[in-house]
Amino acid sequence: MAERVFMKGCEAIAEAGVRAGCRFFAGYPITPQNEIPEYFARRMPEVGGVFVQGESEVASVNMLYGAAATGTPAMSSSSSCGISLYSEGVSYCASARLPVVYVNVQRGGPGIGAIQPAQQDYLQATKASGNGGFRMIVLAPATVQECVDMVYEAFELAQRDNNPVLVLTDGVIGTMMEPVVLPPMKTDEDIKAMKAKFADKACTGHEPCKQHFCFPGSVGTGQEIANKEAEKMYATWDKDVRVEKYLTDDAEIIFAAYGISARISRAVVKQLRAEGIKAGMIRPITVSPFPYEAFSSLDFNQVKGILDVEMSIPAQMRWDIDHAVQGRCPINECRRSGGQLLTNDQVLEGARQLIKEVL
Amino acid sequence: MAEKKVYEKTLGVMPDVISGFCPGCMHGTVHKLVGEVVQELGMLDKLVRVEGVGCCGLGQQFVSHDVIIAAHGRACAVATGVKRCSPESLVYTYQGDGDLASIGLDETVSAANRGENFTVIFINNGIYGMTGGQMAPTTLIGMKATTAPFGRKVEEHGYPMHVCELLSQLKTPQFLVRTAVDTPQNVIKTRKYIKQAFQNQIDGKGFSLVEVVTSCPTNWGYTAKEALTFLREKMFEEFPLGVYRDKDKEEA
Repeated sequence: MAERVFMKGCEAIAEAGVRAGCRFFAGYPITPQNEIPEYFARRMPEVGGVFVQGESEVASVNMLYGAAATGTPAMSSSSSCGISLYSEGVSYCASARLPVVYVNVQRGGPGIGAIQPAQQDYLQATKASGNGGFRMIVLAPATVQECVDMVYEAFELAQRDNNPVLVLTDGVIGTMMEPVVLPPMKTDEDIKAMKAKFADKACTGHEPCKQHFCFPGSVGTGQEIANKEAEKMYATWDKDVRVEKYLTDDAEIIFAAYGISARISRAVVKQLRAEGIKAGMIRPITVSPFPYEAFSSLDFNQVKGILDVEMSIPAQMRWDIDHAVQGRCPINECRRSGGQLLTNDQVLEGARQLIKEVL
Repeated sequence: MAEKKVYEKTLGVMPDVISGFCPGCMHGTVHKLVGEVVQELGMLDKLVRVEGVGCCGLGQQFVSHDVIIAAHGRACAVATGVKRCSPESLVYTYQGDGDLASIGLDETVSAANRGENFTVIFINNGIYGMTGGQMAPTTLIGMKATTAPFGRKVEEHGYPMHVCELLSQLKTPQFLVRTAVDTPQNVIKTRKYIKQAFQNQIDGKGFSLVEVVTSCPTNWGYTAKEALTFLREKMFEEFPLGVYRDKDKEEA
């Protein structure tokens, strides 16, 4: 029977990683995700895994790169400004096609920003997490349960594609407690099978002249060939797009929100429905690949306006919504940033303004 | 008269590949020594090279063992991940002075201080080779570089950095040595040191670093012969050869 426990977001993320088979974690202290490395520090010895506190984010992500090059399921986590320091390492992991998982528990920014929750790394996460133009699957949980499920799934996706996977969450979800059902623990046999799947690439020592390379890039045409191979992988991701459509069938007003903003928006949708206003919400669950279809296929004779709700100034997910909607209905924004949380009242006010303009 | 084999090329390098190093460069000698030593230890099939960026990165083309290319300066962090996850592998980083002592100094010092159980081969030629002769942390006072066209000045750039001396301030490292490959005698010595550095890893003794002070005729602007003279007269004066830490001897 499934195990149901009451856990803090960050700790649930770490336990989900362990259960998914993660046997190497490296990270550097940064609020609001410290509970992730702290959890791994005490949990890894119990499962024969390795925890290293890196001397920096730069070192940590490169330890992750080295661990993954041996075929060991590996993960890391950080927050916003730390994630910027991950850029080079993640870019290397993508180029070398290493199946790493990492988590961004977002805080305010840019710069050192604030330690409070934010959603200001959306474009960095979904469009350019490093140099060179690679892409990753980016999962955006809105509950602690989704954190658990997505970290677990992230390992499967990373290993399926040999590509990094990012779980993009925030300081609210990372630090709040909710009841969760934990997934089953991968057995030593399962982990052996994961390593075996990577054995033809792993760099652990081989007979002379039968060597393996972990090669993030290549001279001449080799790099272009690798880029084209990666593009073929990205083209298979249509099936991975996930989105929640909440009360959208007859909706005239659509909220667009992911992660913590979607939780707040859901409450406001309910409130408006109680008043007889036909409100609904589209919640991207994968923010990369983005569910463009969910927006582009809306009936714009019925939908009168979209309210983009995100904790970022300037708005960032707005770019993707614009790309899908192509000007077919007005899009308003409801935003906070710098660690300031959106409240129900602010979102409601944003909705009322939109309703006044379009209904 | 029966033929007697007096020399055999190490299996640690590819049999028919010619190295891309400049004439007078000493990288090739060090690669050969690594191959020979690990072959003697019977560990070639366990050998994993974590390679820095710079001329040190040219070795990937002709070594015959596993190679992980690290981002510039990150070899000691990458090697930490590799060795911790695959303790049965024989792991070494191969880094130049810009890679190890400038952009990667944090990773170097921190790995040394944790006592990571791998081997570091550090090539110190006092200059950035691959990028075209820029000033390194190890560039000598007065020595010209493309980014110090009037020569390195103490008041502007500080003194050359001494990696073995710096790391010997830490309690953890097992073995720190500075050596050279400019004479047959020094090649034999360096071979012994590299072997000890790998043996330390096999014995689980922790961080071992072999610094090899070498020449860079191309970017020093000398002929190979002039570069040798400069190496012996100037480089060895600034970077004295010798054993800076050997815990085995200290305990004995």
